[in-house]
Amino acid sequence: MMPDLGRYATTVLSAYAASVILILGLVALTLWQGARMKRRLAEIEARAKGLAE
Amino acid sequence: MSIWEYANPKKFMQTSAWVLPWITGLAVATLLAGLFWGFFLTPDDYKQGSTVKIIYLHVPSAMMGIGAWFMMLAASLIWLIRRHHVSALAAKAAAPVGTTFTLIGLVTGAIWGEPMWGTWWAWDPRLTSFLILFLFYLGYMALWGAIEDADTAADLTSVLCLVGSVFAFLSRYAVYFWTQGLHQAQSLGVVGGDRVSNVYAAPLLLCIAGFILLFVTLVLLRTRTEIRARRISALLARERRAA
Amino acid sequence: MIALLLRDLRLATRAGGGFGLGLAFFLMVAVLVPLGVGPEAATLSRIAPGILWVGALLACLLSLDRLFALDFEDGSLDLLATAPIPLEGMVAVKGLAHWLVTGLPLTAISPVLGLLMHLAPAGYPWLVLALALGTPALSMIGAFGAALTVGLKRGGLLMSLLVLPMYVPTLIFGADLVTRGAQGQATTTPLLFLAAVTLGSAAVLPFAAAQALRMNLR
Repeated sequence: MMPDLGRYATTVLSAYAASVILILGLVALTLWQGARMKRRLAEIEARAKGLAE
Repeated sequence: MSIWEYANPKKFMQTSAWVLPWITGLAVATLLAGLFWGFFLTPDDYKQGSTVKIIYLHVPSAMMGIGAWFMMLAASLIWLIRRHHVSALAAKAAAPVGTTFTLIGLVTGAIWGEPMWGTWWAWDPRLTSFLILFLFYLGYMALWGAIEDADTAADLTSVLCLVGSVFAFLSRYAVYFWTQGLHQAQSLGVVGGDRVSNVYAAPLLLCIAGFILLFVTLVLLRTRTEIRARRISALLARERRAA
Repeated sequence: MIALLLRDLRLATRAGGGFGLGLAFFLMVAVLVPLGVGPEAATLSRIAPGILWVGALLACLLSLDRLFALDFEDGSLDLLATAPIPLEGMVAVKGLAHWLVTGLPLTAISPVLGLLMHLAPAGYPWLVLALALGTPALSMIGAFGAALTVGLKRGGLLMSLLVLPMYVPTLIFGADLVTRGAQGQATTTPLLFLAAVTLGSAAVLPFAAAQALRMNLR
């Protein structure tokens, strides 16, 4: 399965690892911020509705 | 179907909610397929050995690092000329994504450069102008973060983006004048595949498509978050007024 | 506009106006760098153009946050914005005043600092010429950065992050002009580019800076 990377194995793998970590970090941050905003908005909208009634 | 319809946040939220699952799936599929193809199914280069596989990350992320800035420039212009609120938020949403892609381009380049050129970093024109682009991203995001009033922040960052683009462009030419490079020129020629052989070009194009889709997905997600944040502050302001 | 220029010059040269601080800083850089890298004349004369330019850049940056901030705080910026002269002209005059109290004195004392840095004799006229041509661009770019950050508390640090990347072309062409001049090479190309950057900045940035000020004052 794993291709033979020869003497550059560390180089290639570390490049892939670094990129994957950065991309996943950005995705995780985006999702986390999104979920937090969504929750806060739901909270505040519920409160605003309660206020109007 | 015009972008002006989407100046209405509600309309944007509806459409993007419908589009997002599809484009997310497409982005993940393209990216995985491209990287899998590139990593497992392409041969080593006769000179560079297996390091050639880094191209599938390095070239697309570098392209999108620049592409994201152009998108921010377009979005800033649309905001300045027509007060398209979603456009301003999209520019804000794109900045961290562009920064990350630029950083990936720099990091993979450094890792690739170490065995090939014998150095992690060289003050080569391409590398240097990319580092300068990274600095422009940092300044842009810092300005967004520093200003409290949302519309003023959108205005000022848009002006910064316009003027910054001119100076980033100037810096690029200044840097080319300043030093000779190690970095090869374009990897993908518009005409013919004589720069990168076809074995590598096909998965590379797939990876580029994957990165573009990933960028669009992330920007949509982040723009939605920004719209929600804007709505929260509007509701809070209304509450304060009612109290 | 002349009245505004004179007012700014008077404010800057008065006690507490910060005039001379930039110069002292410039001198500091020229003293500290040899202490850091060692006193060998060969090394110093090779890095002299770059160090003097970086020093000029930072010295220029030091005084920028006062450019609009003081007027913003005491409200005179609002008055200037509603005055009959266009805001663009006001920005250009303020940039000019800033250059007269920082860039021009820097240019004037640069030969002395070149002496400290063992600059090659052929380089002196080029050093003065490069600074005279390049520092107006630094003031105008700085005025734009100051206009962007005028309403902010602790805007100074942010402003350096915004302004320094924009100084790159000026720095490259300016330092290269001095290096080439000192080595007796052809200087036309960097000279023309440096002049182009300065003229372009002076032509366009007052408009951008005035726009940014209007956004901040709204």
